[in-house]
Amino acid sequence: MGNLNYRVVVFFFAFIFGIVFSIPSLTQSFSNDTNQTKSDSSGKKITLGLDLQGGLHMLLSVKKEIALESKLKSIGTSVKYMLEKEDLVFDNLKIDNSQVTFELLDNDDLPKVDKFLVEDFKNVTVTKSKISEGTGYALSLSEALKKETEETAINQAVDTIRNRLNDTGLAEPTVAKQGTDKILVEVPGVKTAEQEQHIRMLISKPAHLQMMSVDEDRANRVYSMTEEEARQYGDVIFPDVDNKEQKYLLYSVPILDGSMLTDAKVGHNQKTNRPEIDFTLNAQGSKIFGDFTEHNVGKRMAVVLDNVVYTAPVIQTRIGGGRVQITGNFKEKEAADIAIILRSGSLLAPVQVEEKRSVGPSLGADNIKASSIALAVGFFLVILFMVAYYGMAGVIANFALIANLFLILAVMSLAGATLTLPGMAGIVLTVGMAVDANVIINERIRELLHQGSSITKAIEQGYNNAFTAIWDANVTTLIASVVLYFYGTGPIKGFAITISIGILASMLTAILGTHGIYQWILPKIDKNKLGFWFGIKKEKGAK
Amino acid sequence: MEVFKHDKAIVGFMKNAKKVGMFSAFMIIASLLLLMTKGLNYGIDFAGGTIVQVQYEGKAPIEKVRDTLAQNRAYNGATVTFFGSESEIAIRTKSTSKAVDVDVSDDMREILAPTGSFKIRGVDMVGPSVGEELRTKGLLAMVFSILGILVYISFRFEWRFAVASVMALMHDVTIALGALALFQIDVNLPILAAILTILGYSLNDTVIVFDRIREGIRTIKSTHLDAIIDESVTRTLSRTTLTSLTTFFVVLTLYLFGGEVLRGFSFTLLVGVVVGTYSSIFVASPILMWLNFSVAGFRENEAAKSKREKEREKQRAMYEQGTM
Repeated sequence: MGNLNYRVVVFFFAFIFGIVFSIPSLTQSFSNDTNQTKSDSSGKKITLGLDLQGGLHMLLSVKKEIALESKLKSIGTSVKYMLEKEDLVFDNLKIDNSQVTFELLDNDDLPKVDKFLVEDFKNVTVTKSKISEGTGYALSLSEALKKETEETAINQAVDTIRNRLNDTGLAEPTVAKQGTDKILVEVPGVKTAEQEQHIRMLISKPAHLQMMSVDEDRANRVYSMTEEEARQYGDVIFPDVDNKEQKYLLYSVPILDGSMLTDAKVGHNQKTNRPEIDFTLNAQGSKIFGDFTEHNVGKRMAVVLDNVVYTAPVIQTRIGGGRVQITGNFKEKEAADIAIILRSGSLLAPVQVEEKRSVGPSLGADNIKASSIALAVGFFLVILFMVAYYGMAGVIANFALIANLFLILAVMSLAGATLTLPGMAGIVLTVGMAVDANVIINERIRELLHQGSSITKAIEQGYNNAFTAIWDANVTTLIASVVLYFYGTGPIKGFAITISIGILASMLTAILGTHGIYQWILPKIDKNKLGFWFGIKKEKGAK
Repeated sequence: MEVFKHDKAIVGFMKNAKKVGMFSAFMIIASLLLLMTKGLNYGIDFAGGTIVQVQYEGKAPIEKVRDTLAQNRAYNGATVTFFGSESEIAIRTKSTSKAVDVDVSDDMREILAPTGSFKIRGVDMVGPSVGEELRTKGLLAMVFSILGILVYISFRFEWRFAVASVMALMHDVTIALGALALFQIDVNLPILAAILTILGYSLNDTVIVFDRIREGIRTIKSTHLDAIIDESVTRTLSRTTLTSLTTFFVVLTLYLFGGEVLRGFSFTLLVGVVVGTYSSIFVASPILMWLNFSVAGFRENEAAKSKREKEREKQRAMYEQGTM
């Protein structure tokens, strides 16, 4: 039957393509099943945006000034290590006013210090000053190093947060750098407030681990000392984890920090069977730790996490092998979290929230329901209207509309695009606007029929006349949606995507597809039944 | 079914252009006044702030919530409104918190505990710096859309068409913004998307009318632009109305059924569809006339263009035949 032609064949395949590739999304995504596993290989699916499936969206930034401070601290640690390694006599090593200062007591050692400063401390600005005995050194961060440190802080925060969230087995968290100084964190499928709090805790904990030595010379004055005073001695005062009243006076330059840690896991104390955290240091860390414990037997060493002292035992003997335990009054779960956090690395600087959107699963389900109803009702109204107004021509246009919907879903599934609530609105809007092409075409055909053209001529001429208008109109809408895509964020991008795909698909279905169908069924169209076919009454004027 | 009869007489749109123009001018001035006096009610996306969405079991005790919050130092500036239904409320504050580990929802859970049994369904917080960034981006998006459209229309039609369509766009956007100010609707990101959609949609309408006018200039014998416009607009009247109707239907269903989140978005679109349809007929076309568009000039240009094309084709044909 009929004239098979390339147009109708292309349309047919597009239709099949649309149905086949949208089936996985239709059968699965809309069930609001938040435990989607990626191993489910039944086909590529549309990802539901956080506003539809529920979840946590956060835009974070890094406290840069703290990143710089901690960089300075690690320079202090390295300088201390180098000075001790070279067996040089120094005094008053401290960190103050964004610089590391120390005094070298023997000027004969100057070349040695200058050598390792040049070799190992690139981009550090060094100023020297004469003092009564020896030379005063002041090290500060150069502009280049500051910039580098800030960048590292961001990148490291992205990696660290990603590791931490991946380690908890949550469903597909996204952690990515956004722009130059922001971090985007998206965790779908967060169900309860407790879950969300847990995630926020994992993200926010800086997990800055430091081994620090207790300033035994002044330790007994710790309760009468102000922080300011402590700083003058190059010390800091940190509280105990269990008893906030208990204070420790520690040298501000740590022995080593968490960057030298290779592994952390939960263990149990052999005597008390309480949970503890066992961690392993890398080679350099083990060496520093071994040397330090060897030279400081009888003194106390504090294990400090995020400026709180967890334990401060007296060193009994040299500890080699780089294995250290943190004991404290841990609950099992807490110990597990700290181990995860230590393992995934510390944050050079703490992060802070710039934007947060959290959508509960029930709200997401409501959003899906509301927008689906709107889509169904809108779709039904348009379909009904087209048939009532245009007869068979309307039916043909409706085929194109249905194909268009499937194509949007199929393309989004294949591209792995995200469907958001505004995206759903975009699909609803597409339904209204996609029939526009067919309205234009049908009006042109009617016009030509009224002027007395034959059906064949009316169809061909109608499509010809309508084409430029449809084309120009679609391109302008496309311009607006492409701009929206580039300047929009999150859910709004979803809107731009569905609208754009809808417009492009409508070119295929509403113009090419319906044209093909007309050509295909042309012999069937009865010129005496124009009311049935095109919804018009035959007039006196028509021949 | 046919509502718009083919043999319907040509409507004298341009005759009344001045009167309609006055009406448009009035609407624009009213919108601008509204924008200046009442102003846009920026939502948290652009102004920064926090919204907590709370759902109670049964009717939400909104007065109790207000009283409870009023006594709290951190949240006494909060506004509390029903959100979509009787059982749901939205708490809005201007304040934001940068802390990751403690959160407004934790606070609310504690503060509101005496008011009844509820759950927190969602929290939106936008810090001031992000709000500012979103504002800039939104503005840029509008500017670039309009520029892109201007360039495209100039390229496809003529500069006067481009100017007329962009002026119609401005008209639509101004009135839509005026409606937002009048009803004090929260202007958030989805509203921006709606405004940009209006840009695309209204232009879509205008382009289709202009396409007919362009065609009319070629086929209609009269050299009077107003006559050509009248005939062309009459011809597209059915299409313009029908498409606007289908779009209006779906946007209306979105407004009625799409849920609270999309309400502002669909409201803006509803206004936009109506105004956009009106402007493509009554604003864009008269402007074209007032810009001294010359029918004869356009025809000369077109003729020259087609002559050039014919010339080129002839040369190509000769080249292919090897006679050159």
